[in-house]
Amino acid sequence: MTFSLKKDKSGVVVVGVDGQLIVGNRQELKQKVLESLDGGAKKFVVDFSKTGYIDSSGLGVLVSLSKKIREQGGELRLAGLNEDLQTLFELTKLDTLFAITRTADEALAAF
Amino acid sequence: MSLDVPSDLGVVGEAVELVASALPAGTLSPRRLRFNLRTALAEALANAIMYGGRDDPARIVRVRVELGRDVVRIHVTDEGDGFDPSTLPDPTRPENLEREAGRGLFVLRHLVDHVAFNEKGNGICLTLRAG
Repeated sequence: MTFSLKKDKSGVVVVGVDGQLIVGNRQELKQKVLESLDGGAKKFVVDFSKTGYIDSSGLGVLVSLSKKIREQGGELRLAGLNEDLQTLFELTKLDTLFAITRTADEALAAF
Repeated sequence: MSLDVPSDLGVVGEAVELVASALPAGTLSPRRLRFNLRTALAEALANAIMYGGRDDPARIVRVRVELGRDVVRIHVTDEGDGFDPSTLPDPTRPENLEREAGRGLFVLRHLVDHVAFNEKGNGICLTLRAG
């Protein structure tokens, strides 16, 4: 399975992305996160520590999710970007839109 | 090398890997092969499939790879009517940053050494120089 969801003890949903976030699977991520949001979750961390590749559609779904989560009074953070993914976020200036930490633990501690 | 790809977003990954694995070792640096070529080609293919092929598997996207001494050129051509790339807004502008779509071509342009479109606008040529 590409996406794993688990709640930490303070109710933050940590979403693990295994492999890639691309045009072919972005809807699945969107659906899973929105289901959690509808279920009352407000804080999310997307952990990219096992992600090798994100395409522009994947970036777009993160932007869309961040907006929806904020509209509901929540927050989305990103963690674990490797050098390539960090470059992608900087190139597209999305590093100015998202709170990005080195690890999921750092993201959880920042809430 | 030439590859005919059905307009199905589900095959983008496989098509990219086929092209990347067919390049002779050392043509591009490991990072440029792993990141620049793969990402740019995936973006070009996804655009061709979505906008040119309208995600109809019966419509074909042709990928053609040319190898020069110090250069790789990848041509991606779809069966669509083409478009004018100069009409696309800059996705990094503050007013566009929260748009869901519109980053593919921008990303692609910044990862390769040169991008050229054919006259009709349904074909793109990506150039990556060795290194």
